Amino acid sequence: MLSIQHLEARAGEQAILNGISLEIKPGEVHAIMGPNGSGKSTLSNILAGREGYEVTHGSVTYEGKDLLVMKPEERAREGIFLAFQYPVEIPGVSNIYLLKAALNAIRKHHGQTEVDAMDFLQLVKSKIKSLNLDEQFLYRGVNEGFSGGEKKRNEILQMAILEPRLCILDETDSGLDIDALKIVADGVNALRSPTRSFIMVTHYQRLLSYIKPDVVHVLAQGRIVKSGGPELALELEARGYGWIDASLNH
Amino acid sequence: MSASQEQIDNLIHKEYKPGFVTDLEADTLPPGLNEEVIRAISQRKNEPPFMLAWRLKAYEQWLTMSEPDWAYLDYQAIDYNSISYYSAPKVKEAPKSLDEVDPKLIETYKKLGIPLHEQERLAGVAVDAVFDSVSVATTFKHKLKEAGVIFCSFSEAVHTHPELIQQYLGSVVPPSDNFFAALNAAVFSDGSFVFIPKGVRCPMELSTYFRINAANTGQFERTLIIAEDYSHVSYLEGCTAPMRDENQLHAAVVELIALDHAEIKYSTVQNWYSGDEEGRGGIFNFVTKRGDCRGRHAKISWTQVETGSAITWKYPSCILRGDHSIGEFYSVAVSNHRQQADTGTKMIHIGKNTKSTIISKGISAGRAENTYRGQVKILPGALNARNYTQCDSLLIGPKCGAHTFPYIEIKEPTARLEHEATTAKISEDQLFFCQQRGLSAEDAVSMIVNGFCKQVFKELPMEFAVEAQALLGISLEGSVG
Ligand SMILES: Nc1ncnc2c1ncn2[C@@H]1O[C@H](COP(=O)(O)OP(=O)(O)OP(=O)(O)O)[C@@H](O)[C@H]1O
Ligand SMILES: [Mg+2]
Repeated sequence: MLSIQHLEARAGEQAILNGISLEIKPGEVHAIMGPNGSGKSTLSNILAGREGYEVTHGSVTYEGKDLLVMKPEERAREGIFLAFQYPVEIPGVSNIYLLKAALNAIRKHHGQTEVDAMDFLQLVKSKIKSLNLDEQFLYRGVNEGFSGGEKKRNEILQMAILEPRLCILDETDSGLDIDALKIVADGVNALRSPTRSFIMVTHYQRLLSYIKPDVVHVLAQGRIVKSGGPELALELEARGYGWIDASLNH
Repeated sequence: MSASQEQIDNLIHKEYKPGFVTDLEADTLPPGLNEEVIRAISQRKNEPPFMLAWRLKAYEQWLTMSEPDWAYLDYQAIDYNSISYYSAPKVKEAPKSLDEVDPKLIETYKKLGIPLHEQERLAGVAVDAVFDSVSVATTFKHKLKEAGVIFCSFSEAVHTHPELIQQYLGSVVPPSDNFFAALNAAVFSDGSFVFIPKGVRCPMELSTYFRINAANTGQFERTLIIAEDYSHVSYLEGCTAPMRDENQLHAAVVELIALDHAEIKYSTVQNWYSGDEEGRGGIFNFVTKRGDCRGRHAKISWTQVETGSAITWKYPSCILRGDHSIGEFYSVAVSNHRQQADTGTKMIHIGKNTKSTIISKGISAGRAENTYRGQVKILPGALNARNYTQCDSLLIGPKCGAHTFPYIEIKEPTARLEHEATTAKISEDQLFFCQQRGLSAEDAVSMIVNGFCKQVFKELPMEFAVEAQALLGISLEGSVG
């Protein structure tokens, strides 16, 4: 599904990614952990097509296509979804309006007709219920005045409606209370399927006890310095990142 | 330049669709302004002597006045002698019905999306169309007459209801009010007149469409709306002009009078030609609009969407004279390229328990300058007066400007005022977020701008809201839910 080869990238003069290689197969869940500033959000952003970064080396192939030449909206329409670490507010644009516009843009791209208004409303209402959000959130401005946790749940709502094939979750668990974490994890688990893959950026093992990853990677200074099974996350939780650095220096 | 910036630019650089010219034979006065010209206008309109006397007095006053220079506007001095003050499509006699109106005119309005034939009209909107200097057709006359509503061209009203004209003309905006108001009073050639008698709720939206066609002419129209006790009217005004390289002057006056418990809702979508990217051509729009809440519990509400004109100088205002009267101002002013807009409102609180609301949304793009200028004045004795002002600016791109000048004058200690102001840019984060959800950058900008203007758009009558949003290149928000 996704193949990242020796990816190097910079922002201005600052080199951030220093050769990342990663293979993700359909249905897999990959967790990416790593210290602050190691490049996790940068990797997520580059996959989603955000401007401001220069790829200096390497390639990214998504479902057989060169991802790096695609516009951000094309990537989105082709099934890449980024749940933002810091979701932005768009005052005055109702949540439901954005959702419908996004869904229709994606449907149009795939040669489908616009979604029927009643069907859409039903779909949205069922999803919002499962995320334990109040219906009134649909009619409020996108993230306008939402609490941190509500913003994160709103990202998952969008993901559930748009049904992407590659979901990148950038610290979706940060700022969630224990109940909300469980709800978000249930939301993600409900979306797991043999054809859908996940990249989950997180600092905490807690999320991974709800959403069991196939692989855990540790990113440090723009490189994947260690990969392993779910037990790696537990080890990190117990020992921090220091021991990896130390083992690197050997 | 980033892809999204490029998209923003495309959006800004949309072509002006109403920019065509209609080829008509016209009766046009030679350029120049003097007493003879004013007499000629009055004579062509076959006006009673009181009108000529009023015009001449206004002209005398105008001669002693000078153009206001306090606005944040920069333009070449206007040569008032190079303008023609009267141009009318040539007809042998005034048309008595729509069938007698020149088909070319009807065609023009059709192109603009204003079909004049009653059967073609969307139900419920009566239209008065003003082409250059004269009013060409008023639809739905009979239905309105049944309700007791008078809706006709100003020139017609001068003949059919001289007593109302004499009583109310200039009673809200006297010719001496300002330079452009005096000029208008001297040379205005037509406009619309509305009278809603006591207790009548006008059965349909009333609408005027202003069109400048002839070159080198100014358009000076006057609108007078009188709402008697317990009456209600909603009035819409739209404007377009051909694309021409030279500037054209538009100096209109609108007077609204609301008596006890009367309500007037006045909405404008102004899309005069704004000039090209380099700032060549475009309409100079100097307009005085004022409403007088003369009665108790009267309410006047101005809603405007200003997207056109090279220069906009316009401050729709309310005089809250009657106790418990209410004034509202909702405005979206969009300026791009080299457009300059200096617009805002004045709320003058005189009566007790008067209330005013000001919501202003300024959007600047390109190299445009957008200024909000608002005055809230609470006079002694205006017990418990309330004002809420919110003015927000949105900047698209790095080369435009937004300015806010609130003037507040409080002479009454029980008054309560609230003021909020924000300036925002469409952020890369917002754009990227929308694109990441599958929207094109262009749709994203439209959506964000639309969201920014929502508070104002929801005040517009449905039809107009659609037009306003289309003008911003936006598909209708809120079509779900
Ligand atoms: N546009 C930019 N210009 C300059 N430096 C940048 C830019 N974007 C990111 N960086 C730097 O790159 C490094 C990686 O940032 P990134 O946001 O990817 O880290 P992260 O792993 O997501 O950290 P966190 O865990 O704190 O979210 C940081 O040192 C950051 O300051
Ligand atoms: Mg991060």
